[in-house]
Amino acid sequence: MKHTLSVLVENTPGALSRITGLFSGRGFNIESLCVAATLDKTMSHLTLVTSGDEYIIEQIIKQLNRLVDVYKVVDVSEGEFVEREMALIKVKAEDETRAEVLRMCDIFRCKVVDVSPKTYTIEITGPENKLKAVLELLKPIGIKELARTGTIAMQREKKIK
Amino acid sequence: MTKMAGKQMVIEAFKKEGVDVVFGFPGGAIIDVYDTLEKDGTIKHVLVRHEQGAAHAADGYARATGKVGVCIATSGPGATNTVTGIATAYADSIPMVVITGQVPTGLIGNDAFQEVDIVGITRPCTKHNYLVKDVKDLPRILKEAFYIARSGRPGPVLIDLPKDVQNSVGEFDYPDKIRLRSYNPTVEPNNKQIERAFRLIERSKQPIIYAGGGVIIANAHKELRKLAESIYAPVTMTLMGLGGFPGTHEQSLGMLGMHGTYCANMAMANTDLIIAVGARFDDRVTGKIEAFAPNAKIIHIDIDPTSIQKNVKVDVPIVGDCRKALKKLIKAVEEEGRPPEIWKEHYIPWWDQIRAWAERHPLSYKDEPGVIKPQYVIEKLYELTKGKAIITTEVGQNQMWTAQFYKFDEPRTLLTSGGLGTMGYGFPAAIGAQMGCPDKIVVDVAGDGSIQMCIQEMATAMEQKLPVKIVILNNQFLGMVRQWQELFYDRVYAATEFSVTPDFVRLAEAYGAKGFSATKPEEVEDVLKKGLESEGVAIMEFAIAREEGVFPMVPAGKATTEMLLV
Repeated sequence: MKHTLSVLVENTPGALSRITGLFSGRGFNIESLCVAATLDKTMSHLTLVTSGDEYIIEQIIKQLNRLVDVYKVVDVSEGEFVEREMALIKVKAEDETRAEVLRMCDIFRCKVVDVSPKTYTIEITGPENKLKAVLELLKPIGIKELARTGTIAMQREKKIK
Repeated sequence: MTKMAGKQMVIEAFKKEGVDVVFGFPGGAIIDVYDTLEKDGTIKHVLVRHEQGAAHAADGYARATGKVGVCIATSGPGATNTVTGIATAYADSIPMVVITGQVPTGLIGNDAFQEVDIVGITRPCTKHNYLVKDVKDLPRILKEAFYIARSGRPGPVLIDLPKDVQNSVGEFDYPDKIRLRSYNPTVEPNNKQIERAFRLIERSKQPIIYAGGGVIIANAHKELRKLAESIYAPVTMTLMGLGGFPGTHEQSLGMLGMHGTYCANMAMANTDLIIAVGARFDDRVTGKIEAFAPNAKIIHIDIDPTSIQKNVKVDVPIVGDCRKALKKLIKAVEEEGRPPEIWKEHYIPWWDQIRAWAERHPLSYKDEPGVIKPQYVIEKLYELTKGKAIITTEVGQNQMWTAQFYKFDEPRTLLTSGGLGTMGYGFPAAIGAQMGCPDKIVVDVAGDGSIQMCIQEMATAMEQKLPVKIVILNNQFLGMVRQWQELFYDRVYAATEFSVTPDFVRLAEAYGAKGFSATKPEEVEDVLKKGLESEGVAIMEFAIAREEGVFPMVPAGKATTEMLLV
């Protein structure tokens, strides 16, 4: 079962390798990892997608908390949450497919961020399954290059008190 | 606030933390700290002969005294040589601070002479580590290092100190107290969990207390005894827990697990309630996990939440300091008001069963005329030291025979590498223990294989005039591996037989120490007496039965009830 963990960690050298080292050393799985500074420059925010049964996830969360540099770990996938991933996709766009690619962009609300005579570079944002769908559809046209960010996530606020 | 160089800060921090002895070995990248240490003159330095020895000695000092052990090494190979010692301390939760020299910050990453990324290397085997890039961070880092090493579940902390930082001058503002926002171990156990635990104890008909090294680390031995006595529960200990409850106590079942007693393993298999205190359900204890204590509910007290529910499912987890948790449990028992006699009565059938197991297969060995049995040597050692010595061990058969046949009554009297299983640990650890406890008899029980892994520290012991004693159980084999080969590998003794072993008596003499040896059972007592009574370092070598095994034995991966017996 997939879990998305949100981790607040001290922004110190080596903090990230402590976390990745923990995963590799203990045989846990990292499906995606996304790190950036927070408003407080002394902290980094890390979104990590992993998988495992409830015991493994429990261990992962405890082991993360055990690291001296880790401030807080939340399993955002325990409740309602928003997740987004971004990708830049360079697609072949020649003659007959040029229009097709643009149509697809329109349907999926992607943005074209770079145009060349033979390619479009598309920016797409959304949950992982949306990216997956777009990639599936673009594949037959020809993807020349792909860069993905990995998932970032946030818990939804409770709407009704 | 005073200004001083980084190297001076290190020494000042040692003083503030109450460090009276450090173990180490100098080199180019740490020479400045050594210079300051020497000129300052207030902290005793023990010069080892190999940095692994320094780390083990600091560890032995920490285990014997309960204080933080400190060791110092230079960059590169000096630092890497400490790694086995650091990993040993990490596996057994031993508080230790390791200071390593590093090439100047400007050279880091350049593959400079004796440069190694020791912070990277030790990341998975330290509780925390630091590379100090600016002298202004050094006082804080030193404070944090000692605090992290000794608090929560203790462990080793490494500080990598580049040469230029050692010589840079900064303000020395050493805080008395420290709070880290990202590091707050849970010390106080949850009252509701204590209440739930007590309810389980109350309902149990066949409880057992399973005590680990956490009891010793938390100085909770008195509380453990009190709880055990008030509810009249049997107590079994892990290797690391030996001494946490008196081995000679009528409620002690001895050690459990792979080489535990028949009685302890049977009791664990049949209990309806395990009260785990500072233990972590290690594979050497549980055996085949599916068959482990099938009918038991489990209360698990541990300061490290990761230990709980890692290997077995737990009914009542209690995160916190063992001592505090035990105190609360004792209080609950007292308030409930059931007097000890009633508890005792309650468990009569259970104790009858336990006693039957204990009588059926007590720890034993077969005497053979003319041959020295290692168990006999340990029994005699126990007798002659009146059970009062600090015993360190190496790893393998020597370690298990010691655990089985020396009845440890006091905490911090058995120092052994339980988690990592480091051969070569015992002798340098004995040096550290003797430094910390000068009035105690300190004996390293070794095999002929493991003693050779850190034998160079003979010179250290001699130089420091430490009366450390070494018992070598010599079977000219790497005995434990040989035992596995005998039992599970068709007696193919691959690479376990030594055709050359030094003459240990002459080796002792070469270092200026005393050496004694026995080849017959009737010589054992005399040799032990001579060795123990001699003034300085002494080696006592015993030519033991070559193919003696350690029993009971639970074969790896088997259920703990499937013991091979003597």
